[in-house]
Amino acid sequence: MATEAQGEEGGLVLHPMDQFKVEPLFGGDTVAWYTITNVTLWMALAVVAVAALLVLGSSRRAIVPTRMQSVGELAYGFVYKMLEDITGKEGVKYFPYVMTLFMFVVMANFLGLLPMAFTTTSHIAVTAVLALGVFLGVTVLGFVLHGAKFLGLFWITEAPLILRPVLALIELISYFVRPVSHSIRLAGNMMAGHAVIKVFAGFAAIAAVSPLSVVAVTAMYGLEVLVSFIQAYVFTILTCVYLRDALHPSH
Amino acid sequence: MEGDIVQMGAYIGAGLACMGMGGSAIGVGNVAGNFLSGALRNPAAAAGQTAMLFIGIAFAEALGIFSFLVALLLMFAV
Repeated sequence: MATEAQGEEGGLVLHPMDQFKVEPLFGGDTVAWYTITNVTLWMALAVVAVAALLVLGSSRRAIVPTRMQSVGELAYGFVYKMLEDITGKEGVKYFPYVMTLFMFVVMANFLGLLPMAFTTTSHIAVTAVLALGVFLGVTVLGFVLHGAKFLGLFWITEAPLILRPVLALIELISYFVRPVSHSIRLAGNMMAGHAVIKVFAGFAAIAAVSPLSVVAVTAMYGLEVLVSFIQAYVFTILTCVYLRDALHPSH
Repeated sequence: MEGDIVQMGAYIGAGLACMGMGGSAIGVGNVAGNFLSGALRNPAAAAGQTAMLFIGIAFAEALGIFSFLVALLLMFAV
């Protein structure tokens, strides 16, 4: 979507949406499914960074942890506690998936904050795959664990009988909107923040306001560091909530 | 200006869609403010509810993001 940005209007030196263009790394300008683009590069870098952090962090297993080990342990404990608080003991089985999601999203968000970097999570194509994976996985899991009883998620027995069909319709709609909102929340937040930074950076070309623009970019950057983490946290916590619905469908 | 009226309508619509983000801002502020007032009354219970705070904020914020998306689509895709 963001790749369709038009660069025709004048005024701004750099168009705020130019940073989201998907371009092949090794020449050519057609993007097929096998083309290695800047998205591929930055997603691979995110995976490498996660693997480096966790493998190098846990390789020494010192009593007094090094910096890398403490960060790895913090991340592990953070995700574990979040999953256990929400889904209970039964959900701990699915910890590897949730941990993978969290580490990938948080690392992709943080790598996107580097200057000249490409924010992979700002593309709905990337986040939609992650969210659809969660949605399909959770739905299949619910049916495998509970069979037809999983549909009790939509048929709320505590409500009066007359209201139940209406509630079932609402629950059904809200269930199918989940992957949409789950993916758009992450992509929208990342795209909006980075576009705002670029808009302020565009004002730096006007000499009178350039000091103000530098201050604004710095402030927005600080906010973006916070948003990157919070959005990864929200993405993971919603995964946990959906997982809880699959494990305990009868509210 | 030779721009056609459809383009004008799209830009006006994009501006109008941004008003939805204001509504979402009110919602997020409401969630956070109510959490804070509750947390100040009973600070001992606050730590266990931060997950609920973020879930509430995420749900309120999603609708603002939807309107932002509509604005973007009107600006760049339509």
